[in-house]
Amino acid sequence: MKTEQQTLQQSFQEKINYEELVNCTRCGFCLPSCPTYIESGNDEVQSPRGRIALMKGVIDGIVEPTDEVKRSIDTCLGCRACETACPSGVKFGELLEQTRAAINDREKKSLKVKVVRNIVFNQLFTRKKRLVHLTNLVGLYQRSGLQSVTRKLGLIKLVPKNLRSMEAVLPNIPKKKELTNRPTYLKPTIEKKKRVGFFSGCLMDTVFMETNDSTMRLLQLIGCEVVIPNTQGCCGALHAHSGEDIHVKQMVQKNIEAFEKENVDYIITNAGGCGGFLVDYGAVFKDDPEWYERAKKFTRKIKDMSEVLIELGFHTFDLKLDEQIVTYQDSCHLRNGQKVFQEPRTLLQSISGVKYVEMNKADTCCGSAGTYNILEHEISMNILDNKMTEVKKTKAATIITSNPGCLLQMKIGVEREGLGERVEVLHIADFLIRAYKTNVSRTVVEM
Amino acid sequence: MLPNDIIHQLQSIVDVDNIKTDKASLLAYSYDSTAQYQSLPDAVISPRNTEEIRQIVKLCNEHKIPIVSRGSGTNLCAGTTPIHGGIVILFNHMNKIIEVDEQNLTMTVQPGVLTKTIFDVADSYGLFYPPDPGSMHVSQIGGNISENSGGLRGLKYGVTNDYVLGLEIVLPTGEAIRTGGKSVKDVAGYNLKELFIGAEGTLGIITEAILKLIPKPESKSTMIAIYNDLESAAKTVSSIIENRIIPVTLEILDHATINVVEDYSKIGLPTDAEAILLIEQDGAEVVVQRDIENISKLCVENGAIRTDIAKSEEEAFNLMEARRTALTALSRLKPTTILEDATVPRSEIAKMVNAINEIAKKYDVTICTFGHAGDGNLHPTFLTDVRDEEEIKRIEMAFTEIFEKAIELGGTITGEHGVGAMKLPFLHLKVGKMGMEVMRQIKKALDPNLIMNPGKIIDMQDAEVSSV
Repeated sequence: MKTEQQTLQQSFQEKINYEELVNCTRCGFCLPSCPTYIESGNDEVQSPRGRIALMKGVIDGIVEPTDEVKRSIDTCLGCRACETACPSGVKFGELLEQTRAAINDREKKSLKVKVVRNIVFNQLFTRKKRLVHLTNLVGLYQRSGLQSVTRKLGLIKLVPKNLRSMEAVLPNIPKKKELTNRPTYLKPTIEKKKRVGFFSGCLMDTVFMETNDSTMRLLQLIGCEVVIPNTQGCCGALHAHSGEDIHVKQMVQKNIEAFEKENVDYIITNAGGCGGFLVDYGAVFKDDPEWYERAKKFTRKIKDMSEVLIELGFHTFDLKLDEQIVTYQDSCHLRNGQKVFQEPRTLLQSISGVKYVEMNKADTCCGSAGTYNILEHEISMNILDNKMTEVKKTKAATIITSNPGCLLQMKIGVEREGLGERVEVLHIADFLIRAYKTNVSRTVVEM
Repeated sequence: MLPNDIIHQLQSIVDVDNIKTDKASLLAYSYDSTAQYQSLPDAVISPRNTEEIRQIVKLCNEHKIPIVSRGSGTNLCAGTTPIHGGIVILFNHMNKIIEVDEQNLTMTVQPGVLTKTIFDVADSYGLFYPPDPGSMHVSQIGGNISENSGGLRGLKYGVTNDYVLGLEIVLPTGEAIRTGGKSVKDVAGYNLKELFIGAEGTLGIITEAILKLIPKPESKSTMIAIYNDLESAAKTVSSIIENRIIPVTLEILDHATINVVEDYSKIGLPTDAEAILLIEQDGAEVVVQRDIENISKLCVENGAIRTDIAKSEEEAFNLMEARRTALTALSRLKPTTILEDATVPRSEIAKMVNAINEIAKKYDVTICTFGHAGDGNLHPTFLTDVRDEEEIKRIEMAFTEIFEKAIELGGTITGEHGVGAMKLPFLHLKVGKMGMEVMRQIKKALDPNLIMNPGKIIDMQDAEVSSV
């Protein structure tokens, strides 16, 4: 009979693309880009080069898939900063997903991990109705006064620390009627320039509904006819990053089909976490030429909202806000996956009144990383505290992000530093709408 | 495997948290940047100070346990692969800048400081630390000193050796010595300092270094020259030197290298060119301008199609950064890159470039050439797949022939990457039988139990045989 380690090794051999592993020349250029390598005091085990060596070592039989090996894979944020740093172009994100899938296939998990994964992957993110329902409960909790009672009585302390910090920073949740009554088509407010599909996402269309509304409004303002197919679903990123690959294919197919028939010029996202995965849809169908082609057609249309805003000249609009220092935290997957980093900065710099200050290491992960800040709370908070040190140096009153995970994490960071009164964290779409409205109300009457 | 009592003794020296023996850690320190080399150590240790290193070394010397000191593991000669097992010593706790002395223009550092940090800190004082190996963002100064690393500025400013004023070293028997210091002149006794620089950790462990800093040049200018053939580019290099111009940087990149670098960095390199020279000069503004103009003329005279001067500092910076990625970027074409750094006198560059091309043809292997042409230091790189055993054999033969050619032209088998385990079989070509013997005697005198980085530079097993 095979031992557990032998079956796991076999699973590595089956799921991980060996050709991609041998593309790593071990030059080490990735090391300084890796947040967990830095956070661990330069531990090679916690580096991209080390992780690749471990994956390869298990397949080659030089090392057994021990707990330390699995731990090294667990602690990876999946931020893919190493991909941007890698001169030979190793696709680390794919290797990580394959390895997680290999482990996930054979692994017995702790109860905590199982519960979180089950809720996240099976209950919520595959079924929008349930997500709406849960979001609504959170909304009721906030509006009923229960939240303030819970906080006052100190009951909130009964909730584990990792979830408690999340509770404190959730935005105000819209009412159920608003959550279920979402638009499927919007006309441009000026002459039509493009027909775009809007990828509404799951978290973005519930907890962050306001941000989705801002985004769609921005698209209308620059001349986009916006189609929002109601058959679309979750992008599947969280599932894929966590090795839940059995769900992923179906979710991806559903999304491709939803947009295929709409004949749009672009498919717009406003969440780096989704976008970074949407552009990789092709990789899901490596062995299926027909779906691979359909996926490629889909991915070629993916644009982050900031790209299309720049393309259609939103930054040339007359934008104005009260004088303030603003800084920007990159979304890892927007930067390293979609390669978009200049556009959001250009947009922010185009607002008069805004003094844009680039944060040192704005391109490194904030530690949010999907479910990471819940499952690996301690490392996540250490990374966040380092991030906040850099934020404070900018003296920014406003921190802008392009992804809901980063947004919540930065809010947690602001709370941890006790800066809640002075520093605001916003999604770029909400900030841009504010800059537009502030100005419009002064000059012309809004439609 | 180390016996338990040794592990316990090591733990009592550095604390439990600073020694690792789990399989994942051993694997993560079983390699460096050199293709084809991998070997597991028995333990990985992170000492916190010189005293702890002394105690570790004493213990290892007593029990004849090999020690490999390792920086970031970016060397290209299998210099830090623990091929005989033993313990790997890391410097992640010894990574402080101890002092910047603005009166003497020196910086005193622990071995774990990143090269880039040294450059940046010096820069913030208006000073300059010139050595800039390709891996400077990652590499540690201890590793640079042990490998005597070069870089893109070697032509005008020299290599690491030229900027080390003093060292603290733990000897293989566990005693610590200091050699050199802040004095610019120092002829007291044998030049022990230079013995340890470039010794690849085979004679002791560097635990502190005093580095020389120089004033920051007031201006610089960067340009590229574009060619239809590699040989004309190589000839230009010799011609520039012959005309008494010494630029900071004078790099050559062949067609394939240009293309992979552009593929990664997307800075607009001319991908249809057969070769480019990347040239930088610094100094007083008038001098820089005059030199760049003259260089530009020489490029055209030697067959360049055109020359482009970088219009902004950013553009210049991007060109240099892009060049640093050349070696790794080449693995976009084939999974394995095996690299040489045969070096010849600068007058022989064109001959060497031609010889490399002929050797590549003869053995039917793909070689891309880039490197620090200005100091005669080429980096012919074989593109292959380590799993193709038949091709690897041909590469080994081509490898040997390139070494022999370099020696024949009055050059050396390695200009800056070091010997390590990789070029150990070829060292005799350069230093000769007596040279090997002198090195063996030095090794034996300092490291009687042969514990320091065994299997690197010279094979002491041979020594035992030959001395019988």
